[in-house]
Amino acid sequence: MGQIELRAVDRIFRIGDTRVHALKAISLSIEAGEYLTVMGPSGSGKSTLLNILGLLDRPDHGEYLLEGREVGTLPPDQQAGVRSRRIGFVFQSFHLVPRLSAADNIALPMMLAGVPARERRRRVAAALAGVGLEDRADHRPQQLSGGQRQRVAIARATIMQPALLLADEPTGNLDRATGAEVTQLLEALNHGGTTLIVVTHDPVMGERARRRLLLDDGGLADDRRR
Amino acid sequence: MSIGDLLRFALQAAAGSPLRTGLMALAMAIGVAAVVVLTALGDGARRYVVNEFNALGSNLVIVLPGRTETGGIGIGNLSASTTRDLTLRDAAALLRADGVVRVAPLVVGDAEVSSGGRLRSSYVVGTTADFARLRRLELAQGRFLPNEGLERAGSWAVIGATIREELFGPRPALGARLRIGDRRFRVIGVLASSGQGLGMNTDELVLVPAASAQAMFDTNTLFRILVEARDRDALARVKSQVANILTARHDGERDVTLLTQDAVVGTFDRILAALTLAVAGIAAISLAVAGILVMNVMLVSVTQRTGEIGLLKALGAAPMVIRRAFLAEAAMLSLAGAAIGECLGFAGAAVLRATFPDLPAYPPSWAVIAGLATALATGMGFGTLPARRAARLDPVQALARGL
Ligand SMILES: Nc1ncnc2c1ncn2[C@@H]1O[C@H](COP(=O)(O)OP(=O)(O)OP(=O)(O)O)[C@@H](O)[C@H]1O
Ligand SMILES: [Mg+2]
Repeated sequence: MGQIELRAVDRIFRIGDTRVHALKAISLSIEAGEYLTVMGPSGSGKSTLLNILGLLDRPDHGEYLLEGREVGTLPPDQQAGVRSRRIGFVFQSFHLVPRLSAADNIALPMMLAGVPARERRRRVAAALAGVGLEDRADHRPQQLSGGQRQRVAIARATIMQPALLLADEPTGNLDRATGAEVTQLLEALNHGGTTLIVVTHDPVMGERARRRLLLDDGGLADDRRR
Repeated sequence: MSIGDLLRFALQAAAGSPLRTGLMALAMAIGVAAVVVLTALGDGARRYVVNEFNALGSNLVIVLPGRTETGGIGIGNLSASTTRDLTLRDAAALLRADGVVRVAPLVVGDAEVSSGGRLRSSYVVGTTADFARLRRLELAQGRFLPNEGLERAGSWAVIGATIREELFGPRPALGARLRIGDRRFRVIGVLASSGQGLGMNTDELVLVPAASAQAMFDTNTLFRILVEARDRDALARVKSQVANILTARHDGERDVTLLTQDAVVGTFDRILAALTLAVAGIAAISLAVAGILVMNVMLVSVTQRTGEIGLLKALGAAPMVIRRAFLAEAAMLSLAGAAIGECLGFAGAAVLRATFPDLPAYPPSWAVIAGLATALATGMGFGTLPARRAARLDPVQALARGL
């Protein structure tokens, strides 16, 4: 059994009388350490799939097993625990807290998890070095470039050493060169053993992964491995 | 999330939007300041009255003509309807009671007082020599009314400091002649200025022998008889003897009311303490208003920080952590506001004391603590709804709002 098992997962949004079938019977098995890209037209359900994998959203039907345990139906506080320890997020628009410094943004998940301050400082210093931003620890997000912001966000996403890293169009707001740097950073983390799932519109980036999913109108249209 | 981190995080969030924070703290500050100042005022009034009564001496039995039927002693009972006159002979009879040191009858009225062309109206109190010692009156000049027989209508007068100033100015008052109503008196003493006295400022009094005052006001009755017991222990015995003597003298009918200082002070103490509480309650309403403001500002905050809340959830914050973060913010702002309010309140009470030096307007310690506790409770109480709303936000939609 894979690290991630999706079995016939449905996600249906209801707005008034209309029903949007955002995910249709998605079944998927992902091994630990895999590198996947998810592509597909706008509105095909890529973000919805990622949100369900990240426990930010719940399937309406079907099962979601993470590391052998059904997590899709856990109560919110237990899901929060799983998110805290096993899952990291990288967003298209970075989502850094504007009033916090780069170091404090990176420390945020550890603070929420109750990691002692000393340990936090040590790990933040290492993480900043890991993304090449040692000299930007005290900068606010507004004082950083887009690429630097996304690197801070990646440091934050990995500071708890998650087993699963989810990135929704991580290079969508970056120019090609900066985007390539961010991609390399994510791939380096994957080489370290973290499962990496990246939603992208960029065919070049899409082609880099060993496994590529194609969504179309909520259904899994293609699942190719290289 | 540790408590320290929680507080630091809340503090940073509060500092991040100074206007919102300032507004909340200000609302709390005003509420708490109102509680502190108003209770200081109420408690000051209570202490003032109690002090005044205690200044009268605590061994007194006050005899009023007329019998009050109600068991309790309230303000209304002080104006009991007269059934049978209290006379000077009654007063004289009380001196025979065991344990009684002094008896001072009181006849009260007002009259025109004039001397050397200057004229004013004044309270005139007819009494006896014992009144000075009983009320602990100090003399600035001369002496008090002589110790004559109770029924002698001597033509002596003792005047208060203000009366002396207004009628005589720089002229010597001692020995001067004084016209009260249509009678002539000679000034034999001037009271030291005191400014004290409940309902009766001794500075503006003219004191004459009781019999003279009765003749002047054409009456046989007394307004009061003050009886001083040897000490507090003798008070109960004196009271019952006074009752017996007067009942015997009034054909076996108990038609007088006896008050002791204890009862009067106790009554005023209770009434004014209740008033202080009521005033504090009214002030607490402003705290409730502050609480509602806190709730609204917090709701705005939750809306403004929706993206951040979504992010915190994505980073692994359980709903409880989000709830606590917002509650910590509400609690911190309430406490800060309350602390400012206490300072404002104490300053306000100091201004009150400076303005009315007679009023011991100190905020009672219970009100200081209650103000702080109420602020904290309202802040957290009204912060609960916004905090719960934040904790229940859907992370996906919250994140879509951006930071
Ligand atoms: N909260 C929601 N309520 C209603 N419909 C929703 C909601 N979220 C998503 N949808 C719908 O579900 C479908 C899938 O949306 P999703 O965001 O997963 O698409 P996507 O593949 O990520 O698109 P894009 O490439 O534009 O980001 C869309 O039709 C969208 O309108
Ligand atoms: Mg999307």
